[in-house]
Amino acid sequence: MKDRAVLVIGGGVAGMQAAFDLAEAGIKVCLVERTLSIGGRMAQLDKTFPTNDCAICILAPKMMDCYRHENIEVLTLSEVTAIEGEIGSFKVKIRRKPRFVDEAKCNGCGDCARVCPMGILNKFDMDLRVRSGAYIPFMQAVPLIYALDRDKCMRCGLCEAVCGKDAIRYDQKPEIVERNVSAIIVAIGFDPLDPSGLTEYGYGRYDNVITALEFERLICAAGPTGGHVIRKDGKEVKRIAWIQCVGARDTRDNRPYCCSVCCMHATKEAILTKEHYPEAATFVLYTDLRCFGKGFQEYVNRAEDDYEVKYIRGKPGEIREKENKNLEIFYSPSSDRVEKLEVDMVVLSTALIPSEGVEALAEILGTELDKYKFFKLKDSYNPTETTRAGIFVAGYCQAPRDIPECIAHGSATASRAMEVVLGGSYDRRA
Amino acid sequence: MTEELRIGVFICHCGINIGGVVDVPAVVEYASTLENVVHAERNLYTCSSDGLESIKSAINEYELNRVVVASCTPRTHEPLFRATCEEAGLNRYLFEFVNIRDQCSWVHMHELEKATEKAKDLVRMGVAKAALLEPLEELTSEVTPSAVVIGAGISGMTAALSIAKNGFHVHLIEKKREMGGMLRRLYKLYPTEELAAEFLEQRIKAVEEHERVELHLSASIKAVEGYVGKFKVILDENGAEKSIDTGVIIVATGAKEFEPEGLYEYDGEKVITQLQLEEKLKRGDSKLDGIENVVMIQCAGARGEVVGYCSKICCMNAIKNAKLIKEANPDINVFIAHNELQAYGEEYELYYRDAKKAGVRFLRFPLERRPKVIKSEGKLVVDVFHERLQMNIPLEADLVVLSVPLVQNPDAEKLSKMLKVPLGQDKFFFEAHVKLRPVDFATDGIFLCGTAQGPKDIEESISQGYAAASRATIPLAKGYVSSEAIISSVDEAICVGCGICESVCPYGAVEVVETEEGRRAKVTGVKCKGCGTCGSSCIKRAIKMHHFTDEQLIAQERTALVTEEVVS
Repeated sequence: MKDRAVLVIGGGVAGMQAAFDLAEAGIKVCLVERTLSIGGRMAQLDKTFPTNDCAICILAPKMMDCYRHENIEVLTLSEVTAIEGEIGSFKVKIRRKPRFVDEAKCNGCGDCARVCPMGILNKFDMDLRVRSGAYIPFMQAVPLIYALDRDKCMRCGLCEAVCGKDAIRYDQKPEIVERNVSAIIVAIGFDPLDPSGLTEYGYGRYDNVITALEFERLICAAGPTGGHVIRKDGKEVKRIAWIQCVGARDTRDNRPYCCSVCCMHATKEAILTKEHYPEAATFVLYTDLRCFGKGFQEYVNRAEDDYEVKYIRGKPGEIREKENKNLEIFYSPSSDRVEKLEVDMVVLSTALIPSEGVEALAEILGTELDKYKFFKLKDSYNPTETTRAGIFVAGYCQAPRDIPECIAHGSATASRAMEVVLGGSYDRRA
Repeated sequence: MTEELRIGVFICHCGINIGGVVDVPAVVEYASTLENVVHAERNLYTCSSDGLESIKSAINEYELNRVVVASCTPRTHEPLFRATCEEAGLNRYLFEFVNIRDQCSWVHMHELEKATEKAKDLVRMGVAKAALLEPLEELTSEVTPSAVVIGAGISGMTAALSIAKNGFHVHLIEKKREMGGMLRRLYKLYPTEELAAEFLEQRIKAVEEHERVELHLSASIKAVEGYVGKFKVILDENGAEKSIDTGVIIVATGAKEFEPEGLYEYDGEKVITQLQLEEKLKRGDSKLDGIENVVMIQCAGARGEVVGYCSKICCMNAIKNAKLIKEANPDINVFIAHNELQAYGEEYELYYRDAKKAGVRFLRFPLERRPKVIKSEGKLVVDVFHERLQMNIPLEADLVVLSVPLVQNPDAEKLSKMLKVPLGQDKFFFEAHVKLRPVDFATDGIFLCGTAQGPKDIEESISQGYAAASRATIPLAKGYVSSEAIISSVDEAICVGCGICESVCPYGAVEVVETEEGRRAKVTGVKCKGCGTCGSSCIKRAIKMHHFTDEQLIAQERTALVTEEVVS
């Protein structure tokens, strides 16, 4: 075993945990993140179930611990483009996209963002907020280094003129760096499904049908509306319904699986709504309520008993928009009836699907995916081992799991990588 | 203290979390008028990289020797700010945290002016304490490079083997004569339907063959002493006492099946549990001769009937057993009466669909109208209220199988006391943080995995086994641990050796020992968690709780009661 180092791909909660454990055990880690900041999907959430902890508040210290760790090198805006070699001695090529800002000089003051005349929808906020062309995705972004959106930039020169650190680099070029590692951990997470194609829900056509991740940004105090759940016409919600399994447990699009977390995040979102608006009426329309984790049943009991969240068993066949932009949901609670529920906002608990680009990455890594594009395991009951020796997989990109399961899975892959680095073990039996 | 006090105060907006309620600029202005404060500023997020930079540059520029941050909560952010002070050359304990979010802006959202006044009061108190802070040093101690894993079920075996492969000696302790735990009683596993015995055999072999795994079978824990890096575990192994030195401990003691005595006419013969069914199937009785109708009842004793929680694995286990019976003998009718089917994730949903295809029939009852088992003249009828049809359906049954929850082992309480780690309300071992630390205990050096933490399937138990191995390997690989600097100490000149402190210390860190001057209390620094119980119970005020000394706390309280006019 030549290289006492490990590559972690993906800076979400699973990847960060893997990186942190390895680093604490004295192993060098290169953490490669595709976006501008580590933190992953958890950073986008308002609170977390079943404790209602503020997501970014408990995550931000972990992000900083990772970034500041002497054994962790964090490469953001970076993607793995090639690997050579085998377990014990992989050679990895990483493409670092330009930030158009000198990372060593930028102190994150944000002066460039204030003078930039561009207005661009911020992806982190699910396109619900406008950011400038010089930006960080969110306030607690790690590292706190600005980037220029050169696709939209007109090179007006204002940011360059105002930057007191002389950090603007309009002509920065992508660069390829190489790292030698003994093992690789893949933890690239998920994307929410765009439900526009599921026409019965009217997403994209109706004003007040939104996705759960959009809702998370709305209810977040630091989000685009300062925590107000408002409709497109500016009115605050009074009656709101969550619809479960949107595009999941659905064979139409080869997505029969259950995403494991949506029953609980819908419950959490309904509770948060009631905390913000005690008078609001909240409904969750579901097929099977899956509250199987530690403290989950108790959380659902609290939602029903203390917050008067109404759970309705029934999957809507159709949603219609009324003239006042309210929504009529048609569902069937029993074999011989169709009922109508009128609300002023609908939140879709959409399927969470393997991230964009997963196939290309799997190809580069030489690992197999299953038929739903999750990373395939070498053997069942061996939950960290991909089909290629020395490459391990953590978090949602292997199969649906919630945050604590992703963290345990992240640590689990760390131990497998430790087996290679510390123990020199190439034994692939679990 | 001879040096001039130079205190810097940093007030955080926390976006609008604080800034939307508290008038932060006014608090900054107020802070700058306080005694010994030479610099005060506000930050949008003090915890962001630029906020931290700003603390560091202020420490240098204004020669600060005490730092106060008023922001969210020390629970998540104190370590970060302490580390930042240290990076700028200041002892990390010359930092004081003032909580103006959790304890001010969040609870006074609708009283803006009062919230601002309270924030000023809190900052004034923090500054008063900061003036009396003393530098402290953390202790480091060596780590015995071996691990103890308690319980040789699937998660414990996984953890032990991984730590061994990481290069460290492992003692695997099992109270039974054989490894394997609950898996020994299973017939086949879902979703692969491989034989549990075959699966287990390979795993047991790998553990047995590994040179760094030392097995202790028929062994129970008698006592545990020590602390992270230097534990001593006393065993009773086949009647002989043994002492093991270890750096870390993993709890993997598993769970057991709930016994449904008095529920659903349970008798162990015609009305049995899923595990009893597994054993029946394992004995080769998968044809279930003479049986025409099998009815399974989910959530028997769970989700509010006896225990409150959902046991996570029972739906899939029932689906598996139902499918196996149906496939072995298609003439048998198999019904599963359930409330919410927990066929979560990728593979289980597909497996559930396969079971439906195989002919297993599912009936859903509302939780408030659970099925009834009626026994008359040797016949069994399960009366199920069908939720969708809104009517009762009586199902004749030759065999009723109760899907009962996993519950904690009865000896867990004893172990939890020996290790001084908590059990939750559901009696399962309670991890350090439900979201972020699933396999850690709050006590350093002790970890947990598998069903001892709560119901979970085999794959997840294995995943947690590896996770606990990773967490436990960290101190072993490092070779040392740093422990708390905030600990108590005894002034032997005042102590009279009464022993109250020893009796109240929850960590066994205080002992009364004989000295030349007589009996005196003594604190073992690395064991002390800084809870302060000894200090507050000492009738002679001989115990100093560092960082929370009487002087520091009294100064804080005094200034809390002083009005603004008097200060200025």
